[in-house]
Amino acid sequence: MPAVSKGDGMRGLAVFISDIRNCKSKEAEIKRINKELANIRSKFKGDKALDGYSKKKYVCKLLFIFLLGHDIDFGHMEAVNLLSSNKYTEKQIGYLFISVLVNSNSELIRLINNAIKNDLSSRNPTFMCLALHCIANVGSREMAEAFAGEIPRILVAGDTMDSVKQSAALCLLRLYKASPDLVLMGEWTSRVVHLLNDQHMGVVTAAISLITCLSSKNPDEFKTCVSLAVSRLSRIVSSASTDLQDYTYYFVPAPWLSCKLLRLLQCYPPPEDGAVKGRLVECLETILNKAQEPPKSKKVQHSNAKNAILFEAISLIIHYDSEPNLLVRACNQLGQFLQHRETNLRYLALESMCTLASSEFSHEAVKTHIETVINALKTERDVSVRQRAADLLYAMCDRSNAKQIVAEMLSYLETADYSIREEMVLKVAILAEKYAVDYSWYVDTILNLIRIAGDYVSEEVWYRVIQIVINRDDVQGYAAKTVFEALQAPACHENMVKVGGYILGEFGNLIAGDPRSSPLVQFNLLHSKFHLCSVPTRALLLSAYIKFINLFPETKATIQEVLRSDSQIRNSDVELQQRAVEYLKLSSIASTDVLATVLEEMPPFPERESSILAKLKKKKGPGAVSVELEDGKERGELNGGGDRGGDAAIAASNASTPSPSADLLGLRSAAPVSGAAPSAGSLLVDVFSEAGPAASSAGVNDDGFLSALHAPEASDSPLVEGPGDSDSAPPSAASEDPAPPLPESDELLNKFVCKNNGVLFENQLLQIGIKSEYRQNLGRMYLFYGNKTSVQFVSFSTTVSCPGELQSQLNVQTKTVEPLVEGGAQVQQVINIECLTDFIDAPLLNIKFRYGGALQNISLKLPVTINKFFQPTEMAAADFFQRWKQLSQPQQEAQKIFKASHGMDTEVLKAKLLGLGTALLENVDPNPENYVCAGVIQTKAQQVGCLLRLEPNAQAQPGEQMYRLTLRSSKDTVSQRVCDLLAEQF
Amino acid sequence: MQFMLLFSRQGKLRLQKWYVPLSDKEKKKITRELVQTVLARKPKMCSFLEWRDLKVVYKRYASLYFCCAIENQDNELITLEIIHRYVELLDKYFGSVCELDIIFNFEKAYFILDEFLLGGEAQDTSKKNVLKAIEQADLLQEIQSEDWGGLPNEEIL
Repeated sequence: MPAVSKGDGMRGLAVFISDIRNCKSKEAEIKRINKELANIRSKFKGDKALDGYSKKKYVCKLLFIFLLGHDIDFGHMEAVNLLSSNKYTEKQIGYLFISVLVNSNSELIRLINNAIKNDLSSRNPTFMCLALHCIANVGSREMAEAFAGEIPRILVAGDTMDSVKQSAALCLLRLYKASPDLVLMGEWTSRVVHLLNDQHMGVVTAAISLITCLSSKNPDEFKTCVSLAVSRLSRIVSSASTDLQDYTYYFVPAPWLSCKLLRLLQCYPPPEDGAVKGRLVECLETILNKAQEPPKSKKVQHSNAKNAILFEAISLIIHYDSEPNLLVRACNQLGQFLQHRETNLRYLALESMCTLASSEFSHEAVKTHIETVINALKTERDVSVRQRAADLLYAMCDRSNAKQIVAEMLSYLETADYSIREEMVLKVAILAEKYAVDYSWYVDTILNLIRIAGDYVSEEVWYRVIQIVINRDDVQGYAAKTVFEALQAPACHENMVKVGGYILGEFGNLIAGDPRSSPLVQFNLLHSKFHLCSVPTRALLLSAYIKFINLFPETKATIQEVLRSDSQIRNSDVELQQRAVEYLKLSSIASTDVLATVLEEMPPFPERESSILAKLKKKKGPGAVSVELEDGKERGELNGGGDRGGDAAIAASNASTPSPSADLLGLRSAAPVSGAAPSAGSLLVDVFSEAGPAASSAGVNDDGFLSALHAPEASDSPLVEGPGDSDSAPPSAASEDPAPPLPESDELLNKFVCKNNGVLFENQLLQIGIKSEYRQNLGRMYLFYGNKTSVQFVSFSTTVSCPGELQSQLNVQTKTVEPLVEGGAQVQQVINIECLTDFIDAPLLNIKFRYGGALQNISLKLPVTINKFFQPTEMAAADFFQRWKQLSQPQQEAQKIFKASHGMDTEVLKAKLLGLGTALLENVDPNPENYVCAGVIQTKAQQVGCLLRLEPNAQAQPGEQMYRLTLRSSKDTVSQRVCDLLAEQF
Repeated sequence: MQFMLLFSRQGKLRLQKWYVPLSDKEKKKITRELVQTVLARKPKMCSFLEWRDLKVVYKRYASLYFCCAIENQDNELITLEIIHRYVELLDKYFGSVCELDIIFNFEKAYFILDEFLLGGEAQDTSKKNVLKAIEQADLLQEIQSEDWGGLPNEEIL
């Protein structure tokens, strides 16, 4: 144990702290603390009155426990009692406890305020300071209400001790910051200003913080402080380094006070009085001169204190922005610091120069340092310094150096830290636009951005390049050529595909003369990227395709073929499907003239402030963005706010085109293109997705389920009007054989591995919902077929089949359904399932019906997977490891390492693992980040025990997060199948 | 200044002083985040970093990190020296201060800080004056008579 402190040590406290430090584990510490808490509680509750010393000791122990991070819910009363003790140490501990652990218990606040009031009127300066410290530390509104009137009186009273004045000034500052409305200006304000003249440097130091804050809010009332501050500063600056005795810090006279004086002056414009101004300029020159003098000490404290004043002086010079001579001197001084060996000084010089760059007087001087700054961007080892260098390059950029700076920033981007990439991208985009002399440079720059840092290119950036290309016809041909070349890369970023799709769709004709970029080559290039893209990009590409049909009639047949393919026209995504259907119809029915009108080139966008700038402002705060675009008006969304503004425009022009074929196409349903999703169908999906896998066994409210399906359609106009019009019906298999399963049926199956209820399938006509339950090796599934149209389905029939060897593995029995499904109605079918032995494939569900004369034929995989027959098995760690070892033959184990497709939210992971059907075992894996599960698969033939371990690397960057999944079971096919199924779930 | 934290190289919080009202939950979150950020930095890196909308100034003394969060217009270098002056005060008071002194006499560390900084601003930057105030208090602890409370300070010294 170390030597006990001066004053009076509390032995019991020291012993307790020692005990805590000797605890070997967190558990031991908690145990010791709980023991102590029980002891203190019993002492406080005991019949015997505690003496002051004991009370102090226990309160101090509570404080220590709280500071360790534990909650304390008692002892406040005892602490308040200590406040009224006559013994200084007891009072002091009481105040400390209140300062650290105050809560807004009104009963106590009243008692505390009473004690403070007594101490403030005690005329004992030590007690008064304690009370003032407490008010300043708590700073609550209740305290402001009680003392905001009293403290100014103490502050300016003639007989107040200096130390009390100091505390009172800062106490008042804290109250003013928290509740400015409660601190009323008055007769005391002028006297506070005169504290700047006080003989006691400590009083000046404390008072100036208060004055600076009050001046910044009420400059007029305090403006007399300017001349007082200048004369005080002048006296300090011209004093010898020993004049100020203890206020000299490492040979620097009063550095804190100097900084605060310079800071106070920044609340005001340059002094109007010539003499005051002259004196101030002299001070600033002296400070700049001193920076050139050899240091009086080698200690870093000396140079820090000296430079703190220098930087504050430079801030004032920049604030005035009226003395060219001083501005240029400041810039030169900072230039020296740019190459200083102290990282701190380089950092601050870069930061300070950033503000200098925006002054017309020093902008050119700042620019002379460009090579040093570029070098800093490349070679600084500390990312925060590099960030400052990037900021400064951005600030010093103008037409003369834009190309160099943008090129440097681009090349830096290739290796830049992830943390600053997005901001760098925004800055490059803004500079490229602002200083673009020829727009081909601009287009090149933005495409480079996408190529180098595609993931960090936000929507605003690629919207903007499209807007600019559309508005400037001199760059359109170049843009088309450049994106065409960029798309040649085997792997290009999806943002590049978006820009490419949009630009070629509008201006592909400008480069079509070259056989190397003929219409068909362009189309094939775009379409080669199609399958790798997300839904919104695919939707954009479909719009580009229809534009191609208009630009290049020779591509019509090829594109129609694509639109007609199952993967488009029967895509499970309603948006894609609808676009494919509509564009196909549009292209086959509309005349060339109509087509040309509907698919006309996009009109120019209205000129607006770049939304990129708005985004940067949002990211950095408005003050941080020093470069403004010339025509900066209200910030606004670039493409009219839509994420596919162009497409919306197409839809709109479609709707407004007076064409006789419009009705035929059922274009009325084009309006709810995006509105189709929130119809009754998706309501159902929401119900289920909220229920989640964990809640699935509890069941979803049946009423909600049914009523959702029965709910009237928001738009019940079918895509295809009238019976008999079979030509325009969605394509269907001509034969009555079951169609092959939909391409997405595996994906649909995967959605149900960890849950039992939900919507299995949905298209324009039909929705299929599922509820299922499993016991042992038996299962029962309810299928709900909902007719989404207003027209009846006839010859409705469903069959469930087990292909291949599944026949001998599963026994599936269905009841037949009624052959007629009325419009808006729903029918239910029950399926009984028995698992004979383990299996891999899923049963097939085929649905056939006639709708408006057309035969519909849909095949899906029924989500019956082997894990549905899991029985959860709880076991202790020892059992688990024993079994794990028993299953150590290579074929018994299946393992997969895969990238996380979703976030690694613990609760979601747990819910999924429970949904799998196994028991989630806590405290088994030595690494608490990992998950282990156990279960037994029940089949009629045998039981298969199964152990599972999932190891996430949650610490990795998003995008880099991986899982390792290991399955062990007594049967190799089971290990493999469960592993495969589960690997798709995360 | 918005707050000051002292923590060890192992990330154990030794002292926390908050000059803005925050909930306990928020305080814990900030502490966790900042301790992690600062400990991850290498020795030669600069002592300042942008953090949320504040500036963080930190310096390591032996096994302890001293870390302050200041507002945008505040002066980083002078804040570094605030830290140094506080270390000097602790050193003078304890005599070659070490982490253990601050652990076992945490209440003293708080009292010294309160004499030096109040509401996040320097109350007095003179080492002598601050130490005088602390010694005066220590002296009072030893006198502890029942009825000196009302006497003016001068008579005690």
